[in-house]
Parts: sequence; C-alpha cells; structure tokens
Amino acid sequence: MIRSLPRSKAYCRSFNFFIILYFVFLFAPLVITCILAFNNSDFPYLPWQGFTTDWFVSAGPERIGLFQDSSMMRSILTSFETAACVSILCVVVGTCASFLFEKENFRFKGILYFLMLAPLVIPGVILGISLLFASNTAGTFFEDNLGLDIGLFRPSFWLVVLGQFSFITTFVTLVVSARLRKFDHSYEEAALNLGATEFQVIRYVTLRFLRPAITGAGAVAFLMSFENFNTTLFLVGSEPTLPINLYLQVRDGSTPVINAVSLMLILGTSIVALANLYLCRKTD
Amino acid sequence: MFWVFLTPVLCWLLLLIVLPHLDLLTMSFRGENDYGDMVWTLQNYKNFFTEPIYWFTFVRTAGYAVITTVICLVLALPVSFYIAKLARPGIRGTLMVLLLLPFWVSELVRVYGWMILLRESGVINFILLKAGLINSPIEMLYNDATMIMGLVYTSMLFMIVPLVSVMESLDNSLIEAACDLGAGKLAIWRKIIIPHCKPGITSGCIVVFMLALGNYLTPNLMGGKNSLWFTEQIYNQFIASFNWNQGAAFGFLLLLLSSLIIWVGLKLTGQKLGEVA
Repeated sequence: MIRSLPRSKAYCRSFNFFIILYFVFLFAPLVITCILAFNNSDFPYLPWQGFTTDWFVSAGPERIGLFQDSSMMRSILTSFETAACVSILCVVVGTCASFLFEKENFRFKGILYFLMLAPLVIPGVILGISLLFASNTAGTFFEDNLGLDIGLFRPSFWLVVLGQFSFITTFVTLVVSARLRKFDHSYEEAALNLGATEFQVIRYVTLRFLRPAITGAGAVAFLMSFENFNTTLFLVGSEPTLPINLYLQVRDGSTPVINAVSLMLILGTSIVALANLYLCRKTD
Repeated sequence: MFWVFLTPVLCWLLLLIVLPHLDLLTMSFRGENDYGDMVWTLQNYKNFFTEPIYWFTFVRTAGYAVITTVICLVLALPVSFYIAKLARPGIRGTLMVLLLLPFWVSELVRVYGWMILLRESGVINFILLKAGLINSPIEMLYNDATMIMGLVYTSMLFMIVPLVSVMESLDNSLIEAACDLGAGKLAIWRKIIIPHCKPGITSGCIVVFMLALGNYLTPNLMGGKNSLWFTEQIYNQFIASFNWNQGAAFGFLLLLLSSLIIWVGLKLTGQKLGEVA
C-alpha cells in the first residue's frame, strides 16, 4: 500500500497508469496550444500544414503576428503595469498587516483578522461588482456635492489595480505571517538593547529575515494579478488587460495568434514560478 | 509603530472590503418605482423568486459547483496519495512542480486549450476521424459534462495542494500497523487516511467550491449558450439589461450562498476559517 509495504504488481501498474493519465489530462491542452502556435494554417486546428513563425512575427497583411499586433502588445504592457502596481501595493500593505496581526494586541483584532480573511471566500465577481458600485457611488457623490469629476471612480486602470489589490493582499499577508511566526524575537530585543531605534530594528533585522517570504509573496501577487479575470472584468475601462483582451478574441472566433500569446504566457509564467520555487528552496 | 501598521490595513479593509459590500447591499434594496424615482424596495429580490429562470440558474449553479467539488476530491485523493506516499522521494519534487505549473498559467489559456481539443473541428475529433473510429465529427464542447470537466480542471490544484501537505504529515507506521493487523485497503482509507486528511479535505473543498461557484470564464466559454451560470446572469444584468440594482441583488444572493455553504462546511467538520486558510 505504501512504499514500505510489499505491493502487488497489478496494483502498482494500475496506480502508475492512473497517474500518467492524470498528468496527460493536466498537460494535454497546454501542449496542444503550444504546438498549434507554429502551424502554418489560418485556424488553430489540425491537420498540420507545416512549421511557421508567422503567428509571432508576421507583419501582415494577411497574417498579423503577435509582436506586430498593437492591441495585443498594448494589453500585455497594461497587464505588466497593473501587476507591478498591484504587487508593490500588496507587499507593502500585506507586510504591515502581518506585523499588525503577529506582533500587536488590540481590541477588535479578531474582527479585523476575520475581515482580512474574508476575500478568500468572496467570489471574485462579487468583489468586482461591489467595488464598481462603491466607486460609482463615490463618483456620483463627489460630482453632485463638490462638482468634482474624478476619473479614478470610473472603470479604469487604477480601479483594476484596487480591485486586484483588495484580495491579493490577503495571500501576501498569510505568506508573510507564516514566516514571521518562525522569527526569533530575541534578535529584535538584542538590537534594541544595542541602541537601535524601533524603526531600525524592523528595517535591518525583521525585514531582512522576512525578505525571502516577501519576494516570494510579491512574485505570487504578480502572477495572480497578471492572470486575473473575474474581478478585472467588471472594473476594466478602455485599457483591457491581457486576459480580458484574449477573452474577447477567443469568444469572437480564434486565430493561431491566440496560441502564440498562450505560448508566451505559458513560458513566462513557468519561468517566474520556477524561479520563485528555486529561490524558496534555497532559503529553506 | 502600531499606527503605522494599522492605518494601511484599516484603509484596505474598510474602503475596499467593508464599504463596497455595504454599498452592494443597499443598492440591492433600491429600485425605480412606476414614476421612475429611486425608492427603497424589495422588488429586486421578488424578481428573483418569481422568475423561474433566475432561481433555477441559482440552484443549478450551486448543484454543479458541488458536483465539481466532489469530482475534484475523488480525483485528488489518489493523486495526492501517490505523490505523498508512493512516489520515490527523488521524483516527488518534480511531480509537485508539474502539478503546480498549469495552475500558474492563466485560466483563459487552459480553457482555450480545451476548446481547441474538443470542438467540432478540434484535435480529438480529427484524430478520431483519422483513426476511423467515427464517421462524422462530434461536437464535444457546449454541454454540461464538458463544462464540469473544465471546472474540475481549472480548480483541481487547489484540492491537491492541501491534500498533499496533510498526507505528508500522516505517519506511515499507522498504515503499516493496520496492514499487519489485516485491514483491507478500503478500511485503511476509511478509518485512517480520510480522518487524518480532514483539515486538508475541508480547505480544498471550500476553495474549489468557491472557485466553481464564482467562475465566469469556464461556463461562459465551455458551457455555451445553455450554460446558465449565475455569474453570467449577474453580468447580463449589468451589461445587457443595465439593471444595476437587480445585479446587486443577485450578487448579494451569490455572496450569501457561498458564505452559507462554507459556514455549514466549517461547522460540520468543526473547523475555523483561520485554520483552513
């Protein structure tokens, strides 16, 4: 049954077979998407009609490759900008939150902690629409009472950033808190005894200890933001992020350009995820 | 120092979590009366209960989310057992990385991959036709079974990851002892493995259920016109009907449903949200 026990051959074989099937199930759609990105056909289907890199570099007029497609490239850039803003915001606030919950004691801590966990159980769509409502209400309020027209309250780049920030911070907080719990507080006391200010202690001792967790959480936040669809859908303005742009193209009929974008996404996320994993291993 | 930590956290939680959801709640009780003025009303909720298509979709969504969760659990138990207990230690790490990689790739890419595989002109039909197994292509997309498969696929990993970590903490000698005492495989699963894995099972189920219930992309692209997913109803209220108050009521109902089921799940297994997360 387990490795230390004798197992029958048939049991082993069927179990291995099941696992292989499972991994085929897991990777089949990704592998086929990547392969068809190089198919010399106007549709992302078989039969295979020869190898081409048109879907990446062709400048038109019949085929416009990914790197020449200005709307695709712009949405990729938007996604990068969004993810960068989101991960910076999340890391800063998430680290504050983990300090708050791990080191401080105050009234209503339980309620606040519960609220911090709430985004885990709120569907992304609901987060999106409630933020859309709130910003709309706030926008109307400012316009009616103060005569101010504030662009931030309309679906826009910054609203997307806020929407993603609102739930990704929870994940950052949980990751950083887990590391902070392992921290030996006598280092802080030693630093204080040697005359460091409270600020210096946090900067040179605690944050240094937390650095791997913070970098890891930042990378996770970046990936989560980059691939987010549900929350973004309701908040997006005139600058769609990559998942939204891809969705519109997939819905309206697909060309192998989408395969090319998917291949780049698969490569990109794999690199970030593997680098993150490697760094985590090294510090543990 | 306390205030330096508290201020950003309070801003985040109050401005982005509490206030928007209170706004959602108030909006759901507002509506136009016969003269076109905004008034307090229960009409949005009444519409939900009197219009069969709305609550039918609601119940259907919840039911399918439960089915998805159960399938994920049934598939994830043997896979995580294999990784935690059967695989040689050397390849365990590689298997974990392989499991995690697809999960980092955008959900849209994964759904798109399935669309290429399954559609009428897709890869699987092409292979079946070439092999002579079928004579005319079958449309495998746009039905409920495929949609559930897609939902299982997109949320699978959130079940496996917690299960692997609880299974790794299971002491092998317990299983060895049970085996020595003559317990069958089924008894070992029922009496030792599953009870030990309960925390992992609960957290996996909650996350998968949540993701399936709130999913928009997979039902929309794989379920086709008949998918009737509740998030689509919400989206339609916003975009097609431009009835924001109705959409707010639906959104609040969905939030209520997901919180209720998660609360029941936690109560039944005697766990707290903090432990599960």
